[in-house]
Amino acid sequence: MGNWVVNEGLSILVILVWLGINIFLFVYYYIVYLDERFYYTRVLVGDALSWARAPAACLNFNCMLILLPVCRNLLSFLRGSCQCCSRNITRQLDRNITFHKLVAYMIAFHTAIHIIAHLFNFERFMDAQLEQNETIAYVLSQIGNGDNRLYLNPIRTNETNPTFVAFTTIAGLSGVASTLALILIITSSMEVIRRSYFEVFWFTHHLFVIFFIGLVIHGVGEIVRGQTASSVLTNKPSNCAAQYKDWGKVPDCPIPQFTGNPPMTWKWVIGPMVLYVFERLVRFWRSKQKVVITKVVTHPSKTLELQMKKKGFKMEVGQYVNLQCPSVSQLEWHPFTLTSAPEEDHFSVHIRIVGDWTQQLFEACGGEKKEFQEAWKLPKMAVDGPFGTASEDVFRYEVVMLVGAGIGVTPFASVLKSVWYRYFNNDTGLIPKKIYFYWLCRETNAFEWFADLLQSLETQMLEKGNADFLSYRIYLTGWDEAQAAHFTVHHEEENDPITGLKQKTLYGRPNWENEFKTIAGNHPGARIGVFLCGPEVLAKSLSKQSINHSDADPRGVHFIFNKENF
Amino acid sequence: MGQIEWAMWANEQALAAGLILLTGGIVGVAGQFKDWQFAAYGIDGESLIDICLLEYPRGKRKNKGTSIDRMGQRYLTICVKAFGPLTRNYFVRAGLHAVLSIPGGFMLPTVLGCVCVAIASLIYLLAAIRGEQWEPIMPQVESKQRPGESMKEPPSNPPPRPPRRAPEETARGCCICQPHSHLCQLCLRAPPRGQCDQGFAQSNNCCRL
Repeated sequence: MGNWVVNEGLSILVILVWLGINIFLFVYYYIVYLDERFYYTRVLVGDALSWARAPAACLNFNCMLILLPVCRNLLSFLRGSCQCCSRNITRQLDRNITFHKLVAYMIAFHTAIHIIAHLFNFERFMDAQLEQNETIAYVLSQIGNGDNRLYLNPIRTNETNPTFVAFTTIAGLSGVASTLALILIITSSMEVIRRSYFEVFWFTHHLFVIFFIGLVIHGVGEIVRGQTASSVLTNKPSNCAAQYKDWGKVPDCPIPQFTGNPPMTWKWVIGPMVLYVFERLVRFWRSKQKVVITKVVTHPSKTLELQMKKKGFKMEVGQYVNLQCPSVSQLEWHPFTLTSAPEEDHFSVHIRIVGDWTQQLFEACGGEKKEFQEAWKLPKMAVDGPFGTASEDVFRYEVVMLVGAGIGVTPFASVLKSVWYRYFNNDTGLIPKKIYFYWLCRETNAFEWFADLLQSLETQMLEKGNADFLSYRIYLTGWDEAQAAHFTVHHEEENDPITGLKQKTLYGRPNWENEFKTIAGNHPGARIGVFLCGPEVLAKSLSKQSINHSDADPRGVHFIFNKENF
Repeated sequence: MGQIEWAMWANEQALAAGLILLTGGIVGVAGQFKDWQFAAYGIDGESLIDICLLEYPRGKRKNKGTSIDRMGQRYLTICVKAFGPLTRNYFVRAGLHAVLSIPGGFMLPTVLGCVCVAIASLIYLLAAIRGEQWEPIMPQVESKQRPGESMKEPPSNPPPRPPRRAPEETARGCCICQPHSHLCQLCLRAPPRGQCDQGFAQSNNCCRL
């Protein structure tokens, strides 16, 4: 039986609390608008008033939340300062983008309800204004005709139509603008667009500025009207509603007076907006700091390594940075995992050349040229970060399983290098007792730069006589007939024919069931961290295995799954 | 931004816009708003054509390898393909969407849908100017080959596997190992030593875990 509570429990709790708050706000504000103050408003529009105001409250709450998960620097800071917190709490900070998406879906949902309800409101207000006979709706709509302050019906004339009103009120116009921005943001954030054309997603996403401006000024017109407190005392709806023809003529029922609600949204969103502005300022300031490229190395399989130095740069293992190259593009920032260890005097990234930007960066750094490049010819770079992700936690577990697929091995390059340095400095107390490392790769070329690292680690450990501390497996998932033949001929040899390592390269995909079972058997009662940087399919598989092989017993073995998000 | 195919975004936008237009039309009809007959008839009919026929089948991507199709779009792909140049050309689509969006402007519930379809039309225009075209994603024919008669016992480890030795050289050892091979299937090097214990590693030379 698996133990999903250990892996997923806190996340599910957070989601349930968030949903609970949404439901509470919805129901609470629905009931607020069933109050006597809004009796006459409801005479005109019915339930649609409550149906519009309840999602509005939820929208306030969710728009407050949506900016928080994307404040990278803030989250990194929280993660770092929370060393005393349990790993479980800091793990929740890794799922920030998932939470951001959930909140976005909720915003879209509530926007839909809000708009549909207001469509009915507009139509009914219009109907009331077009009334010819002496109905209560007619009387209510006529209130405030001379003096513009105390009216109920926001549509003041019968020579208009709802569409015109929508586009000439602040609320209508800002609502349409915000909704359009929201729709464009959502359609460009679909996975297909995001994965293939990141720039479209990123630039369109900045329409959120229009969304938030529209949101804040949406309530300025105060078109949702209710009776003033003093008016409720003099003209009680329960008594006077039936006598609407005599309002003002009998002493019991003077003409009711109405006023609008002041805008509330700004109170909800001002905090996160300030935090986000701060976040962007921090990113900007950091990007202005001077960065020097000290070394450029081109590796096979179209990988470029950049070694850089920046004053005051401090990193932890497995963190990532955002790089910008102004000579390539002024506006684009791209994330790359740091492949160097904190103990080194420089920091490095390995960049795979796949798109426009990476190709141009490669050429700007002189990747095409064979001869040595002068230092001043190298382009200026801007670096934002480093930002923390799941791999930072590697040293907090006694036993770790590191799984990297293809280019996803890069954070673990940083980890293994750091392990090498700590081993070298005899800091054995600071590293896990046992590391299982799996590298899944499609082609052999990608081995080159990493094989050296593994080779030096292997030699180092043999010298120290602790060969079993690091166990690694390399899996070639894409092989062909020629390689199979080669492997068949050479499989008796001491060193692997491809990597030159003592540990042989394995083929196909690992049998995770067996791996987990074996490791669980080797370390009963331990907390084992499983770290993955790779495709979603593999994440699902490993997550399931982690849950299945974790003991329900709190003293038994537990696999805690952590995934890097790219 | 050289590799962007604007048509992919235009497609998502048009599909979303069609749904919004449809929802607006339904609200207009259900609420019996003024002018509901005029606008709702046009909108529900047009948005259905928009959503179901034209935009649902995703086109094939020109530059990159994989094109992800939507669930069940195969049959609609055939329908859309049948119209030939009318559906392949994005200028036609841009114009069609521009025209389809106009009736939405007459009634408040559908105004939002109208503007969204208009935006989709603009993005299609941009795609058309850049020379993009709609290519259908055709399903690939898979050939099923029946396994040969000699495959009585399927292997449990992924290929490639080491060369098979003569069956009389059986070995004791890890349960993970194949009993008919004399090599441990995890490390593919040395023969395992000792008794297997339900998947536990054996000596230092085998299954180094």
